Amino acid sequence: MDREQKLLLKEMMEIGFALVETNLYLDTHPTDERALRLHNSYSQKYSELKSLYEARYGLLTFMGMSGCPWSYINGPWPWEINFDI
Amino acid sequence: MWIYEKKLQYPVRVDTTNPTLAAMIIEQFGGADGELSAGIRYLTQRWTMPTNQAKAILTDIGTEELAHWEIVGTLVWKLVKDATIDQIKGTPFEAHYVNHGKSPFPHDAAGVPWSAKFINSKGDPIADLHEDMAAEQKARATYEWLINISDDPGVIDTLRFLRQREIVHFQRFGEALRIVQEELDRKKYY
Repeated sequence: MDREQKLLLKEMMEIGFALVETNLYLDTHPTDERALRLHNSYSQKYSELKSLYEARYGLLTFMGMSGCPWSYINGPWPWEINFDI
Repeated sequence: MWIYEKKLQYPVRVDTTNPTLAAMIIEQFGGADGELSAGIRYLTQRWTMPTNQAKAILTDIGTEELAHWEIVGTLVWKLVKDATIDQIKGTPFEAHYVNHGKSPFPHDAAGVPWSAKFINSKGDPIADLHEDMAAEQKARATYEWLINISDDPGVIDTLRFLRQREIVHFQRFGEALRIVQEELDRKKYY
């Protein structure tokens, strides 16, 4: 995995984690408008990054569209990645 | 249903080959207070939760625990993948190796295989949410003992992340418990 792919993946992982946090918080504070705004802005950013990543490097989930060959199987798989930049 | 997303929740870095440390960290892969127990416990308790907040928090924390299970498995794998036989022999990982090779397997650090005996689902939301809060504290304590015995900077970094998540989950379960208690009290006086 080259440096550029790693940087994009790590940025996506960061925003994805922020979404996990806003998700859990909103589950028990569903009327907190400030948290909702934060969640919605992360959500938009995440969709953009995911589209960009999948177009360049292959699918992250089976739900997306792929060229031939089926890009979902592309390595490295998450547990094989050396995250050092 | 669940959809796998091909990424880890946290970028797992491991700086050394250390089969002994792998054999200890496997506690959180298949031990009583480990991530597999947590995930199966919370996802199993969802059916009898009385409020939408509690159904959501058990679903979402349960799902996050499966992501943590993947992180712990990755720690174990990265600690042993390059180990030679000489590096494995004489370590606590040797007993694991003769059964499972270098594959992670859900048992605890003493080799006891994962069991549903580690969890419960009482069908009583107050009992279940109290169990869940205790489970988060027990997992936090386990991560602290693991951090104490670790000397790999990458491993410590990931263990600290996982420890922090236990604290956040404890907080959210406490909020869910308060919401459920208010709901049950409200019903009583209807």
